[in-house]
Amino acid sequence: MQLPGPGIPGPGSASSEEAGDCAMDVPNTTKQAGPTSGRGDRVVAARTVTRIFRRPEVGAALAALAIFLIFAVNPVSSPLWLSQAGFVGWLTQAWQFGIMAVPVGLLMIGGEFDLSAGVLTGATAIMIGLLANEFGWNIWLCIALSGVFAVLVGLFNGFLVVKTKLPSFIVTLATFFVLRGTSVGLVEAINANSTVVTVLNPPAGTDLAKAIFGGSVGSQPAFPVALFWWLGVTILGMVILSRTTVGNWIFAAGGEPNAARNVGVPVGATKILLFVGTALGAWLVGTIQFTAGLSAVSEQGVGYELYYIVAAVVGGCLLTGGYGSVLGASIGAAIIGMALQGVIYARWPSQWGFAFLGILLLFGVIVNAVTFRQAQRARR
Amino acid sequence: MTGNPAPNASVQEAPGGSPRAVPLLEARHVSKYFGSVIALRDVSLEVRAGEVTCVLGDNGAGKSSLIKTLSGVFPPDEGEILVDGNPIHFSGPREARAHGIATVFQDLATVPMMSVWRNFFLGQEPTRSFGPIRFLDQGRAKDVMKVEMAKMGINVSDPNQYVGTLSGGERQAVAISRAVYFGARVLILDEPTSALGVRQSGIVLKYVLQARDMGRGVILITHNPHHAYPVGDRFVLLKLGRVMGSYTKDQINVAELTQMMAGGEELAQLSHELQRLGPDQPAIREAAQELAQDAAGEI
Ligand SMILES: Nc1ncnc2c1ncn2[C@@H]1O[C@H](COP(=O)(O)OP(=O)(O)O)[C@@H](O)[C@H]1O
Ligand SMILES: [Mg+2]
Repeated sequence: MQLPGPGIPGPGSASSEEAGDCAMDVPNTTKQAGPTSGRGDRVVAARTVTRIFRRPEVGAALAALAIFLIFAVNPVSSPLWLSQAGFVGWLTQAWQFGIMAVPVGLLMIGGEFDLSAGVLTGATAIMIGLLANEFGWNIWLCIALSGVFAVLVGLFNGFLVVKTKLPSFIVTLATFFVLRGTSVGLVEAINANSTVVTVLNPPAGTDLAKAIFGGSVGSQPAFPVALFWWLGVTILGMVILSRTTVGNWIFAAGGEPNAARNVGVPVGATKILLFVGTALGAWLVGTIQFTAGLSAVSEQGVGYELYYIVAAVVGGCLLTGGYGSVLGASIGAAIIGMALQGVIYARWPSQWGFAFLGILLLFGVIVNAVTFRQAQRARR
Repeated sequence: MTGNPAPNASVQEAPGGSPRAVPLLEARHVSKYFGSVIALRDVSLEVRAGEVTCVLGDNGAGKSSLIKTLSGVFPPDEGEILVDGNPIHFSGPREARAHGIATVFQDLATVPMMSVWRNFFLGQEPTRSFGPIRFLDQGRAKDVMKVEMAKMGINVSDPNQYVGTLSGGERQAVAISRAVYFGARVLILDEPTSALGVRQSGIVLKYVLQARDMGRGVILITHNPHHAYPVGDRFVLLKLGRVMGSYTKDQINVAELTQMMAGGEELAQLSHELQRLGPDQPAIREAAQELAQDAAGEI
C-alpha cells in the first residue's frame, strides 16, 4: 500500500515508475528530457521525488515504519518492542507470512490467486512427519518427497486454472478443501485418531535439516534461521520479477494476457509456473516448521492464505494482476507480523490486530486502485 | 526469448531461383466460422518478398480474422496457410513469429501497465548470461527501444514510462516499431493508421515502404484506400468475409478502388437519399453530389 504524500501522482502526470523493480534499478534521471527536447517528445518526465514515491513498495515501507514507531513510543509495549525478544517475536510471526507473500504476490501480479497455499504449508509438514514415522527414511528423502507432492499440487492447480479458464479463486478453493479434508482424515486414519504427528525417533539427517531449516542463530532469545530463507526468497523473487524474461511474462500474463499471447508469451506456462512457485513456498514453510519442532498438526496453516494475500495487496500488488512488487509484498508480511505481535505487547485485546489489518488492507486496495487509474488516465 | 535477432540478418531471399517465385506467405481458400457467423469464406491472398499486399474492407469484413489465421492466433476452419510454398499449421503466434511473421494486432498489441521497453521486447527479450543464469539485458533493451522509437519520430525520454500513459498513436508506434525491429520476413499490420493523425500515418506508411525495400513482405490492413493505394502492390477487397476482388496495382486505380470499397450502388443510393432529404440545403446537396461522383468512380 502507499501512504498519501508526495507519492500520490497528481492528476495529469503522465509518467509512471516501473513496478516491482528492485532497488538496484533507480531510474536514471539524467536521461530525462530537458526543455530543449525535440517536438517529437511527447513524454512528460516525472519529478524524481514523485517517481520514487510512486514505487509500490515505498508506501508499504512507510506504513511499516509508522507501525514500528507506534509500538516503539507506546509506553506499555516500548520496552519489550525494542528488546531483542521483541524483534524475535514479530519476526517469527512475519517470516511465515513473508516466505509465502513473495510467491503469492508474484502469482497475483500474474493475475491469479492461490487459496490452497496456507493449508499446503501444513500438509507438506504433516507429510514429512508421517513418512519419517511410518518408514523411518532419511529425513532428506521425506523432505524431497514432500516437495514432489507440493509440485504436483501446484501443477494440478495451474493446469486446472489454465485449461478450464475458471477463476483461480474457485479452483484453489476446491484444492483447499480437498487438502484440508485429506490431511485431517488421512492423519487420523494412520495416526490413531490423533491429528498431531510427532517424530519421537528422528531419522538420519534430522540434525542437519533442523540446523538448515528449523534452527536459530544468535544469543537467546535467538533469531530463527527462517529469517534468512525469507530474505533469500524475497531477493530471488525480486530478481525473477524485474531481471528475467519470466518476470516480463508475469507482468504481461496478469496485465493483458491476450496481448501477451499475441506477441508470443507462453501465458499458460507462466501461470502454471507461478502456481508451482506458491506450492514450493508452502513446502519450504512446511519444512521449516516441521524441522523446528519435529511435529506437525493437521490444519496447520489453514486461514493463513488470506494473510498472504493481505501482505501482497498491502505491498502494492494489484488484485486484478499486472502490477505489483515483491519487495512490497515482503514488507506487507512484516507489517502483519508487527501488527499481530505489537497489540499483544501493548496489551490491547488481540482482536485489535485484526481490525488494524482490515483498515490497512482497505487502504492498500484503494491506493492501488488509484495508482492503476492514474496510470491509465493519460490514455486518449 | 533468447533471441537477439539482428533485424536485418534474418531477411533472406528465397533460396534458389528468383526470390519472387514463391510467395513468402499465402492463404489458400481459407474459411473461418464463429458459430453461425461466417468471418471468412474461401479467401485467398499472397504476399511476396519486396511487395505490399493491402487488405481492404469495411468494419466486420473479416480483415482481422484473416490476419489472425495468418499469424497463428487461430487455425483456419477450411483451407490452408503456406509459408514459402509449404503448407503449415501454426500452434500459436509464437510459432508464426519463429517463421518470420511479425504481426501488429489491431487491438491488444501492448500491455498498458508495463513500461515501454518491457513492451517493446515482450516475448523476444534480450538476455545476458551470468554463468548459467540468463538475465534481461535492460541497458541494451532500453537503448534499442529508444533508437527504434526515434525512427518513428517519437522521443522516449523515460523508458520506464507505462505504455498505458501513451496516446493511441504512440502505442501503435511502439507496436509497429517493435514488429519492424523483429519483423523477420513478413510484417502484418492491422489497421495501423486508424488511430493516427496525418503525420504519424505518414510515418507508418513510410515504414511500410522501408520494410518493402528491405525485401520484406508486408500485409497492410486498412479501410482507407488513400492509404493503401500509394504503397500497395496487390489489393484484396473483403466484404462480409468474402473476396470481392483481388488486383495488382496495374489492374486498378485509386478511384476504382474507392468505388469498389464503398460499393458503387450503395453510394449512388445514399446520394439519392440525401438529395431527397434536403433538396434545398446546399451542404447536403453538395455531399450528395460528391457521393454520386465517388459512386461513378471519379475522384
Ligand atoms: N472471436 C470471435 N468470436 C466471434 N465472432 C467473431 C470473433 N472475431 C470476429 N468475429 C466476427 O467476425 C466478423 C469479422 O470480424 P473482423 O475479422 O474483426 O472484421 P474486421 O477486422 O474486418 O473489422 C465480425 O462479424 C465479427 O463479429
Ligand atoms: Mg479489424
